[in-house]
Amino acid sequence: MAQKAIREFDAKSILAKHWDKYFPGFTYAYETVMVQNGTELKKAAKEKTWLKEKTLVAKPDMLFGKRGKNGLVLFKDAKPGDVSLAKATSWIDEKSSQKQSVYFSFEGDTPTGEAKVDMLTYFIVEPFTPHSQEEEYYISATCVGDDDVLYMSAEGGMEVEENWDKVVEVAFPITATEEEIAAKIKKNIPKDVAKNDKEAFAEFAIGFFKAYRELNFAYLEINPFVLQGKRVELLDMVAKLDDTAGFMMREQWGEVEYPTSFGMEEKSPEVLAIEDADSKSGASLKLTILKPDARIWTMVAGGGASVVYADTIADLAGIEDLANYGEYSGGPTTGETKFYAETILDLMTRSKDAKGRDKVLIIGGAIANFTDVAKTFTGIIQAFDNYADKMKKVGIKIYVRRGGPNYEKGLKDIKEAADRLGLYIEVYGPETHVTDIVRMALAK
Amino acid sequence: MAQLYTKDTQAIFWNNNSSAIQRMLDYDYTIKRKKPSVAGIVAPTSSSKFEKFFYGSEEIMIPLYKNTTEAKAAQPQADVLLNFASFRTAYDVTMEALELGGFKSIMVTAEGIPERLARKMNATARAKKVTIIGPATVGAIAPGAFKIANIGGTIENIVQSKLHRAGSCGLVTRSGGLFNELSNIIAINADGIAEGVAIGGDRFVGSVFIDNLLRMEANPAVKYMLLLGEVGGTEEYKVIEAVKSGKIKKPIIAWCIGTIAKYYDSGVQFGHAGASANGDMETAEAKNKAMQEVGIHVPASFNDLPEIISAVYHELHAEGIIKDIQEPSINVCPSVRKSKQFICTISDDRGDEAHYCGYPISSVATPDTGFTIGDVMSILWFKKRYPRWAVDFLETVLKTVADHGPAVSGAHNAKVTARAGKDVISSLISGLLTIGPRFGGAIDGAAKYFKYAKDNNLTPAEFLNHMKKEGVPIPGIGHRIKSLKNPDLRVEGLKKFAAANFPSTPLLDYALTVEQLTTSKKENLILNVDGTIGILMVDMWRALGYKDEEIDVFIDAGALNAFFILGRSIGFIGHILDEKRLAMPMYRHPMDDILYDVQLAEQI
Repeated sequence: MAQKAIREFDAKSILAKHWDKYFPGFTYAYETVMVQNGTELKKAAKEKTWLKEKTLVAKPDMLFGKRGKNGLVLFKDAKPGDVSLAKATSWIDEKSSQKQSVYFSFEGDTPTGEAKVDMLTYFIVEPFTPHSQEEEYYISATCVGDDDVLYMSAEGGMEVEENWDKVVEVAFPITATEEEIAAKIKKNIPKDVAKNDKEAFAEFAIGFFKAYRELNFAYLEINPFVLQGKRVELLDMVAKLDDTAGFMMREQWGEVEYPTSFGMEEKSPEVLAIEDADSKSGASLKLTILKPDARIWTMVAGGGASVVYADTIADLAGIEDLANYGEYSGGPTTGETKFYAETILDLMTRSKDAKGRDKVLIIGGAIANFTDVAKTFTGIIQAFDNYADKMKKVGIKIYVRRGGPNYEKGLKDIKEAADRLGLYIEVYGPETHVTDIVRMALAK
Repeated sequence: MAQLYTKDTQAIFWNNNSSAIQRMLDYDYTIKRKKPSVAGIVAPTSSSKFEKFFYGSEEIMIPLYKNTTEAKAAQPQADVLLNFASFRTAYDVTMEALELGGFKSIMVTAEGIPERLARKMNATARAKKVTIIGPATVGAIAPGAFKIANIGGTIENIVQSKLHRAGSCGLVTRSGGLFNELSNIIAINADGIAEGVAIGGDRFVGSVFIDNLLRMEANPAVKYMLLLGEVGGTEEYKVIEAVKSGKIKKPIIAWCIGTIAKYYDSGVQFGHAGASANGDMETAEAKNKAMQEVGIHVPASFNDLPEIISAVYHELHAEGIIKDIQEPSINVCPSVRKSKQFICTISDDRGDEAHYCGYPISSVATPDTGFTIGDVMSILWFKKRYPRWAVDFLETVLKTVADHGPAVSGAHNAKVTARAGKDVISSLISGLLTIGPRFGGAIDGAAKYFKYAKDNNLTPAEFLNHMKKEGVPIPGIGHRIKSLKNPDLRVEGLKKFAAANFPSTPLLDYALTVEQLTTSKKENLILNVDGTIGILMVDMWRALGYKDEEIDVFIDAGALNAFFILGRSIGFIGHILDEKRLAMPMYRHPMDDILYDVQLAEQI
């Protein structure tokens, strides 16, 4: 996945790092800290004295929005703008001490849909910026279809969605020059922007859009930002990076993390290990664990084929039975395939099926273009060697379907290995429809 | 253009991915293409000039180039670029090719090119009306005509899936693996495909479904289309619009994979980077339903695709729109092939009579053939028949350098060796081994440095300065005794011959202006015979139409010294035979001609 969400703190840090390049006419104090608990905040205050000197705002920094409506923005103790360091510290400790419910959609102020319940582990703390509603502006940019679209509004803050009709959208082709962009932005400044701010707004928007383009953001939103003459405050930010640009943005982005979003299960060590192997390989190795206790596990070659198998399992067995989604492709080495197979076999053999049935392992794939089937199957066979005992203990039926370079040898080898190890296996080649093994496995 | 590729299409392959290129040539051989589908390979880090590949059981050579510009200049007819650069460089390679022009389609295989770069690359190509296939693709195929790299898999699978000859289906997928799978399904349930494209799995790909389907609509060989879409994006809706508006009239069979995605939130990425639904409209269900509503043939699930393909095919066949195919004969690639260790491009001793570059020896040997030794040299050394004036010049050079008396170091060595009782070959070799930078090497050097100076528009004064900085005396300038007033008649002869016979002598003209300057400093700093030969050789090659790079290759290979070696061998052999005739005794150098200055070795 190319577009990855980053924390508000990281988004601000990236902009701050390049502030003078994109916003030379403005100042931004970059007073912001990210902490996991109150102790860390108190420690940060030793260096960042503004934490003691100013009143504060604190909120979770975990890739979800609507924090205000969820009651998760601390900006007042007795009255707005009076939050002290001590109050922020105790609030963060309180909020991070137990699971919190977060709603992602609201109608007015009433939450709709299901809440997600999880621990709050990251908070961002900044000075409270007294300002009027008129000083709050909205700006964002993303890619829609083939174009980049800049969204600007004089109505920033929580009200932007209710006032979406006041948002000005300006689209730019990817090939637009800086001059064309600047001219078009200047022409399209929302008319509600205060007269005195119009010129500054345009200047800021031009710098913002340039930063969005040049720093390879996939999505960038400041809502709201506050314009006070030459002073800018970024009150709230949301950002996604195009992580495929990572190799050329190492310097520009600095250390940036792609966290799991709130309420999502933390990535398991197995998934992290596969991600790590994937990043070091020219081939592709992907693994998502859906239901670790479920009965059907897949080890499918190819980005397209893996989806077809998942579709078919969902159609024929239902998703309750599908334990994982993943794929390996692009000619992985024997060693990489072995590691991938062992990871899946390890997960699969940790417990027996709750209903006492045999588990099913689908080793599927379309007819490969260039991946050497025998070579990748050698890796799978080596994994069988190491896990045969556990596999027999849990009870696993293996169904194989594959075609492509060297497939006859691959199929013969895997059949022989399974027979030698006493594993149940059925093996099919390109003469069998690609997903037919799912039907066969379920018919047993 | 209705057809993406024809049987004459040739590609430049960026990156020497030899297994993929071999697959293309195996395909070419199988379908009996006249020319290989790969005209050249860009291999920026390779120092070789070509790479060998099998064409059937024979081997052919495909030239290697340092960059796309060079490759395109040498192979202007190749209008397809197969960009196999990594995700780090694929963008630059494509942009260079677009800037260069002359490419109709560019295939980009890398996965994970930064999105902004991919978008810019795609937009630039679109503006220039160049079809981009990919990024993140295995390619495209026009069965029976042209196949990109690995698409279709092994040659056995290709024939099995009927990808070796045109069928009637136009196939468009995102996925490369499923492309193969569907080709197989179509071969089993219908008559194969007429053209197929895997558009690529990244979010931003160059040519999208609609681009390819519109081309197939216009291609009379395509009778119906099969579209395999995916969850995510809205490209399928463009196809729906085209069907609605009547732009596409041929039957379409379509299915979007990723119906499972609805069960999971956006945190689970199914399949390709492009496969992620933002909103209901982008789900596989919604797209399948919308396609069905405009009359596209949509199966109930992926498993039902074979049935629906068979039904559409048989209906079109019954209507007479699809005719029966006469299966063409094919070549069968041998399974065991041995790569050749040596290559010969100048002569051939297979067959009845050995020949030199296509000329049987008997057709060049005797005087009545009109061939002289210069003609034979021109074909065996340079693989071309030179015009008479050039052949005469080559012979003039040989005759001019044949000997320079017994005192020069090479002749002296040959004589000493002969007097030691060694045979002709040993004596000749001992003389030849003396040829190098100080003896006879000035021909190469003169050609190289004067050419450099002229190519870089150095004035004679600048040239002298340059050589001074290099710290080398100018090769080809200077003689022991000769001067402008007392000219070397050999040089005069060569100059006269050139003036009378060469179309033009720009480098010699330049060298003479240099000589003006050097002789004004010291009168024996004339253009000597080595210099004149080297310089005129360059003028000759220029006049014969050789490119600068080719001339540089000759110079670097030592072809100029070769004239000296060959010519002077005549003289050396003369001296050796002279010694043998005279039965001269062993030579020992007189001791009084040696300065002895030997100290006791110091102890350390």
